[in-house]
Amino acid sequence: METAPHYAKLYTKDLHLHYGPKHALKGISLDMKAYKVTALIGPSGCGKSTFLRSLNRMNDTIDNVNIKGSVFVDNVDIYHKKVDEVQLRKKVGMIFQKSNPFPKSIYDNVAYGPRIHGLRDKAKLDELVETSLRRAAIWDEVKDELKKSALALSGGQQQRLCIARALAVEPEVLLMDEPASALDPIATAKIEELIYELKTTYTIVIVTHNMQQAARVSDYTAFFYMGSVVEFDATERIFTSPKEKQTEDYVTGRFG
Amino acid sequence: MTRTKSIIGKAVVSFTGLCAFSAVAAVVWIMGTIVWGGHSHLTWAFLTQAPAAGMTEGGILPAIVGTFMLVVIMSLVGVPVGTITAIYLSEYTSRGSKLANFIRFAVNTLAGIPAIVFGLFGLGFFVQFTGGTLDRLFSPEGKLVWAQPNILWASLTMALLTLPVVIVSVEEAIKTVPRELREASLALGVTKWQTIWRVVLPNSVGGILTGAILAVSRGAGEVAPILFTGAAYFLPNLPHGFTDQFMELGYHLYIMTTQSTDVEKTLPIQYATTLVLLLLTFALNFGAIFMRYRLRSRRVAA
Repeated sequence: METAPHYAKLYTKDLHLHYGPKHALKGISLDMKAYKVTALIGPSGCGKSTFLRSLNRMNDTIDNVNIKGSVFVDNVDIYHKKVDEVQLRKKVGMIFQKSNPFPKSIYDNVAYGPRIHGLRDKAKLDELVETSLRRAAIWDEVKDELKKSALALSGGQQQRLCIARALAVEPEVLLMDEPASALDPIATAKIEELIYELKTTYTIVIVTHNMQQAARVSDYTAFFYMGSVVEFDATERIFTSPKEKQTEDYVTGRFG
Repeated sequence: MTRTKSIIGKAVVSFTGLCAFSAVAAVVWIMGTIVWGGHSHLTWAFLTQAPAAGMTEGGILPAIVGTFMLVVIMSLVGVPVGTITAIYLSEYTSRGSKLANFIRFAVNTLAGIPAIVFGLFGLGFFVQFTGGTLDRLFSPEGKLVWAQPNILWASLTMALLTLPVVIVSVEEAIKTVPRELREASLALGVTKWQTIWRVVLPNSVGGILTGAILAVSRGAGEVAPILFTGAAYFLPNLPHGFTDQFMELGYHLYIMTTQSTDVEKTLPIQYATTLVLLLLTFALNFGAIFMRYRLRSRRVAA
């Protein structure tokens, strides 16, 4: 596994994370390249979601979390004390496993971030909302009912709305934590298609339980097990000729 | 053997039933007596006139208005302070930390202090200390302006008494705001405070309102805290400013039953006053229950 920091939009160096007494991440060093999709796979509790949440410092909001090592975004160590985690999260957006729209209208959901960040101009806001909804491939379904409550949308639509909401603050990286695990196959296919579109503009890191999904959408795959990365390589190689026996067993469904 | 057992069983059932019945009977008895004694005197004139003829005739308007103003000023102070405390407890202290436990302990202790102690504390702290200091600084020629009982000090004392109620209900409401919503906001590069202001508080409005109403119904029913801090024996005029004293329903009732020139003659007035006080408190309590119920069903629907 070669490290090439200057090609990597994000990379971690010997990242350790303790959650109370639990050693959840045991020295993770991983590169995530710009405009590529990096998939994190592994059995439940292996640390992949925890790792993902370390990339935009969402773990800061949880008590008893201790982090050692570094995470670099555009070659800046985001755990350096001069880095403002609020600014960081604008740049590194996140999509959660369970779609979590605010109990507001569709429009207000997408406009939430930009408004707080100071965009007041109605015309510009309208435009940004439309662009974001289009990019998240949901505009055609909701354009006539932007004032409707977001909670009235279907699960798949809610998740794409959440993606639109994340895109509206104009991030460069999107972290996705099992974004399709609660969706039916058709809605899942739409999200996957969307990820494929989005990687032309964004760097994407996605946690998934679904092997086929990792194989379909990602360029690189990291196999996590017990808080460590067992193997990290181009997705094709992970799925066709893994170096490690453990990886092979997992991707072929023999354990996990 | 079995016979003894069945007798004991029946005795236990009868006894527990009797105890339960006594609670119901007490409510029916009290309500019955009050409604029976007071309904005929509960007229429009009674509600809109000041007491007359040495408080043996007339109405209770100043007491109604005084009670109303008391709970309004109390809420304006107590609800924001209680809400902010609840925010601090649930958002800015980590669960189970020493500081959080200490504040919770203080709040619980505050809730357990007898009302009369609040009254005496209000007299000592607000009237004499705070008022006295204000007068020493701003009142020329030693004239008493703030260093005497008034509606402001009474309201502040009452706010202190009802603070735990507000803190507990707002904290409960804040806890029910799903973690996912906060994370959604934080992940958009929104600060913690903005998240509290834009996501947590709007989704806790029900709890804040419930806390306010419970505080008001508690405050409207207490007399001891205002005894020495602002309630007046008799005032035909309504209070015009913070430094005025005021009449209050509960205190008026106490005066009428113990200090009246003719207790027998004023019985209907006493019953009617009690009825107004009870109706007011019940209305507020039912309002709180209704609001909580509506918000709960809305959350389930969403």
